[in-house]
Amino acid sequence: MNTIGNVTGIIANLVIVETQGTTAQNEICYIKHGDTRLMAEVIKVVGNKSYIQVFESTRGVKVGTEVEFMGHMLEVTLGPGILSKNFDGLQNDLHKMEGVFLKRGEYTHPLEMEQKYDFKALAKKDDKVVAGSWLGEVKENWIPHKIMVPFTFKGEYTVKSINKDGEYTPEETIAVLTDREGKDHEVTMTQKWPVKVPIKAYKDKPRPFKILETGIRVMDTLNPIAEGGTGFIPGPFGSGKTVLQHNLSKNAEADLVIIAACGERANEVVEIFTEFPELDDPRSGRKLMERTTIIANTSNMPVAAREASVYTAMTIAEYYRAMGLKVLLLADSTSRWAQALREMSNRMEELPGPDGFPMDLSAIIANFYARAGYVYLPNGESGSITFIGTVSPAGGNLKEPVTESTKKVARCFYALSQARADSKRYPAIDPIDSYSKYLEYPEIVEYLNKTIHENWTDNVFKAKDILLRGKESYEQINILGDDGVPIDYHVRYWKSELIDFAILQQDAFDAIDASSSLERQNYMLQKTLEVADMDFEFESFEDVGPYFKRIINALKQMNFSDYESDEFKQNEKEFRNILKEQETAGKEEEVTAEEKAS
Amino acid sequence: MEKETKAFQRVYTKLFQLTKATVSLHAKGIGYDELAIVDGRLAQVVKIMEDLVTLQIFGGTEGIATNAEVIFAGKAPTLKVGDDLAGRFFNAYGEPIEGGEILGEEREIGGPSVNPVRRKQPSEFIPTGIAGIDLNNALVTGQKIPFFADPDQPYNQVMAMVALRAKADKIILAGMGLTRDDYLYFKNVFDNAGALDRIVGFINTTEDPPVERLLVPDMALTAAEYFAVEKNEKVLVLLTDMTLYSDALSIVSNRMDQIPSKDSMPGSLYSDLARLYEKAVQFPDGGSITQIAVTTLSGGDITHAVPDNTGYITEGQLFLRKDSDIGKVIVDPFRSLSRLKQLVIGKKTREDHPQVMNAAVRLYADAANAKTKQENGFDLTDYDKRSLDFAKEYSEKLLAIDVNIETDEMLETAYELFSTYFKPEEVGIKQQFIDKYWKNNKN
Repeated sequence: MNTIGNVTGIIANLVIVETQGTTAQNEICYIKHGDTRLMAEVIKVVGNKSYIQVFESTRGVKVGTEVEFMGHMLEVTLGPGILSKNFDGLQNDLHKMEGVFLKRGEYTHPLEMEQKYDFKALAKKDDKVVAGSWLGEVKENWIPHKIMVPFTFKGEYTVKSINKDGEYTPEETIAVLTDREGKDHEVTMTQKWPVKVPIKAYKDKPRPFKILETGIRVMDTLNPIAEGGTGFIPGPFGSGKTVLQHNLSKNAEADLVIIAACGERANEVVEIFTEFPELDDPRSGRKLMERTTIIANTSNMPVAAREASVYTAMTIAEYYRAMGLKVLLLADSTSRWAQALREMSNRMEELPGPDGFPMDLSAIIANFYARAGYVYLPNGESGSITFIGTVSPAGGNLKEPVTESTKKVARCFYALSQARADSKRYPAIDPIDSYSKYLEYPEIVEYLNKTIHENWTDNVFKAKDILLRGKESYEQINILGDDGVPIDYHVRYWKSELIDFAILQQDAFDAIDASSSLERQNYMLQKTLEVADMDFEFESFEDVGPYFKRIINALKQMNFSDYESDEFKQNEKEFRNILKEQETAGKEEEVTAEEKAS
Repeated sequence: MEKETKAFQRVYTKLFQLTKATVSLHAKGIGYDELAIVDGRLAQVVKIMEDLVTLQIFGGTEGIATNAEVIFAGKAPTLKVGDDLAGRFFNAYGEPIEGGEILGEEREIGGPSVNPVRRKQPSEFIPTGIAGIDLNNALVTGQKIPFFADPDQPYNQVMAMVALRAKADKIILAGMGLTRDDYLYFKNVFDNAGALDRIVGFINTTEDPPVERLLVPDMALTAAEYFAVEKNEKVLVLLTDMTLYSDALSIVSNRMDQIPSKDSMPGSLYSDLARLYEKAVQFPDGGSITQIAVTTLSGGDITHAVPDNTGYITEGQLFLRKDSDIGKVIVDPFRSLSRLKQLVIGKKTREDHPQVMNAAVRLYADAANAKTKQENGFDLTDYDKRSLDFAKEYSEKLLAIDVNIETDEMLETAYELFSTYFKPEEVGIKQQFIDKYWKNNKN
């Protein structure tokens, strides 16, 4: 019997409800406003008063209106049919909604309950199974979607019966499991799970030991993210966060990409809706949309559902991870989620923490990032969630609570720099301020050197060093003037510019340059380091820039050509010729020096 | 409809509490957001606690007595929409300023948002003739973009110019805290251009109470939705000035004892602004709402809460700056950005547009570095000198707001400047474009 209450107060989307029965923290309830039911979540209880945040506009709601409490937390429905869907923050299928405008109180089913899926059993009678064990699989797009023992099941079960291979709807029973007390439980293809609780149907969660290839050179080469790792991208507006996220979702080497568009622009989501069904996944050759699922709570959609949207996205990611898949989860932007928490905390008149954010903000962020990771499943297979969140710091100031709280937990930090964006050096990830803690993991270093090149990490650190020294030289030049420093300073500066232009900068809108394979990244890194290792002779500092610009131009043209194509080789030849000018110049020097010595 | 509303009306005559912007009274059966008339002034329900209802009085509470008459309307604020709106100017309540009646259907303002899957991706280029916009920051239908400008800059003039050149079916002017002079300026400019029948204005001037402004954008956008959805028209909405709108938000939240966030703005500022800006949309049936707004800055400070939150919501921003080298106002190529330009440049415009745009801005940045060097008293290289000369001419011929040329001509002008001052490899654009468009006559 559900608890019933009545509205006694309304301030925007915070509603106070008086009840006679039991209510629970985070319990879902519905306000019966006329013919519509407005979904809400309990966020505080004082005596017989429950404070609820409504996921919809509260326009017209009156004191006395009846509220029904549902006895469960905010849940998502997990089962085949999630992939390629566009959901709102509460997992309503946006395509099933009628009309151009969203209607308040309209909730649609996330899955296709009528559709039949071709089921193939993986378990057999008398198998011992636990939560998350694979009972069978169905084809969902191209992914073998595993039907698992519901995550809510505790302890060991025995398979009493399992359906023959064949076509079933998501609601039909496909297996019967017997628990230790001998009680039978029917299992279908779908299950429900509360979004705020992590799914822990895995055996072990080791430290990440592989990297996730993103195709973005400034990330993969300089500061790689591990598969199952966490990273965040803070940056002022206009620094290219969105383009970077879109590029990640297009090119990263993941089985699945889940995008939580949290409180951001609707047109950005529309861009994904429009382009992804057309774009090819460079790895599988299928359409990008087939591996993408979008949870859209754009900035004009109800604020309270913003928080729900990131949890919904994470839960769906955990569900697919339990099938042994490599999932990339992107959340843009976690700051909007934090702001939603702040608005609510403010309405509840809680004592504010820094900048008005709730005191437990850091803990909430830390718990959320902790849900990502590489896992070993009960059957020995592995799966992963790599999580990258963006942060929109107020005024571009990184010393604000959301950035600081995130910095404590995320292992990769991709700082977008306004100065780089202003000079159109995209992606505007600052090579010096950014870091990847994974480069400190011996297992990652070993993996990189084994899979890319034996000297790879040494080369990476060398490149970083050149960038740093280049920056120092640049500062010196600015202080002392072009002719106030030795020519070497100019050479050092231009060597770092070479890495900047040939490696760091990448044209996200160029069909070829947008994504770069690790092999290609290694090739280009070696080319730039080759130049960095050379000694140059220049008459005057004025000759340094123009010479290096020619090298840069040749390498850039290489980036714009298909790897190892004729055009690519032609440009490389050009690159060689430019270098030769100095080599011969250098050799002549050497010869004269040797002659002198002898 | 009218009668039914009347039947719901309830009248009270005892106020419990009065502040500068709100009144509270004991009343029953009141809906959230509901409209009321307090002593003849329009008010809206902002808080209900048991039977204590708090109302925000748009016109301010000066002179309201504790025995004032309060009539609840039983509905949220509305606007009558119809073709009758065209060519007229209204106050914040949607009443014609010149008097008279509006025939049309009554619509609640601040209605629901568009389902994102029912939107269409914006793809129609809006040429304005201003190269600082068309070349570097092309605008697209369904976009929302503000001018970031200090109060002394001619943003209203530029906006009026853009509006008239944009070939919109309807131009809806939402004036918030507009000076009477500027209001008359807009009216005149539109009148002189013979565009008055395409204009709808919702005006709150500095003579009106500030809290009234809160209704203006919702009124304007409700009218815009009518023309864009029902008539499939291309609607351009001008919002000026959103900083003054935000000030009104902070007044109300302050009166309601809410904890202020950054710069004394309410913690919900992002959501409040996003709700309005996100009404910009391209509908599949051809109708669209494009928004051009103004956010006035204080001394160019974009880290203030209003421009900062705006920047995260809007699809770019246009930055006006006086260039002392040429003595004209230019569209700053560094701080300005149109996020939707990628959807049209090189697609609806010539193929080399993106590369030319980027190359020119990069060279302009080199000039800025050279200028710093010069100011610090260092010798300039030959390249520095060339880039400085380039920058001046680029500013004059392309960035200045008085430029009015076709997009192809802008590209040609850019190549002229490139070839005058630089070698192809210094410009760094794709070889195929160099081969096709580079002006060889000068090298």
